[in-house]
Amino acid sequence: MARVVVDVMLKPEILDPQGQAVANALPRLGVSDVSSVRIGRRIEIEFAGEPDLDTARDIADKLLANPVIEDFSIRVDESAGDAAQMSA
Amino acid sequence: MRIGVVTFPGSLDDGDAARAVRIAGGEAVRLWHGDADIHGVDAVVLPGGFSYGDALRCGAIARFAPVMETIADAARGGLPVLGICNGFQILCEAHLLPGALTRNQHLHFRNRDQHLRVGTTSTAWTNVFTEGEEILIPVKNGEGCFVADERTLDELEGEGRVVARYARGNPNGSQRDIAAITNAAGNVVGIMPHPEHAVEALTGPSLDGLGFFTSALRHLAGAAGGQLTGGATR
Repeated sequence: MARVVVDVMLKPEILDPQGQAVANALPRLGVSDVSSVRIGRRIEIEFAGEPDLDTARDIADKLLANPVIEDFSIRVDESAGDAAQMSA
Repeated sequence: MRIGVVTFPGSLDDGDAARAVRIAGGEAVRLWHGDADIHGVDAVVLPGGFSYGDALRCGAIARFAPVMETIADAARGGLPVLGICNGFQILCEAHLLPGALTRNQHLHFRNRDQHLRVGTTSTAWTNVFTEGEEILIPVKNGEGCFVADERTLDELEGEGRVVARYARGNPNGSQRDIAAITNAAGNVVGIMPHPEHAVEALTGPSLDGLGFFTSALRHLAGAAGGQLTGGATR
């Protein structure tokens, strides 16, 4: 199993009203020392063979993230094989 | 004049858009997302709705539909294209228009009749309006907040590419109250509110939406008149 993980986040200058709504709800949990919450998206891509970072980057750049408002980071998830075996 | 209206899985307003085309005096041609052939239409409307269930981001999947590849190429060649609501989102995702539409700042879905002030009238879709004219058409969106970097916003304003701004209240937090923009050539227009819902007295708050469709017909008639002497229609 070859898993690549893509994290997509709104660019810092783009307002995140969902994150703000979560931050505003935290006092109801008794949490008062959080200054900011921002919400992003994690995407796991499973390759049949070896993880192909270039292809994953291409997918992220063209589809998973909108470069106008979002940044992304990409990494191979080394633990994916073990996790898959454990759950199998 | 034949105006294509695309149906994606999850489109909602394709029927109303086709109807608006007919009321304006055009022939509506239904186009299918999976068919790359746009059947020789003279213009295209990308209607509102939730194409592909808004998966990932609004318009992100629709951008890669076979019909969109053809429309994007034709739009770069001058084909008039109007994207309404989800259609506007698709045009931004396809990079035919700058910026992006994001979650409404207040997080609420906003559904109301909305006053707009018309900006540029030198587009294929707004040439029957007067600059500065106030019109009233419905707005209904959850992700209609237009954002772009400051340079892009300055460019849009500097080049007269803001097609309409929200008047008497901004329903979604769009930067600089932008409700509609055009590309540099003026053939591609994206608008968040819904002109196709304001084309007859029975169902709309006004008839102001009709102007977008009659503009396209006038634009096409002008283009045909230029090419075919005597103003013959195709």
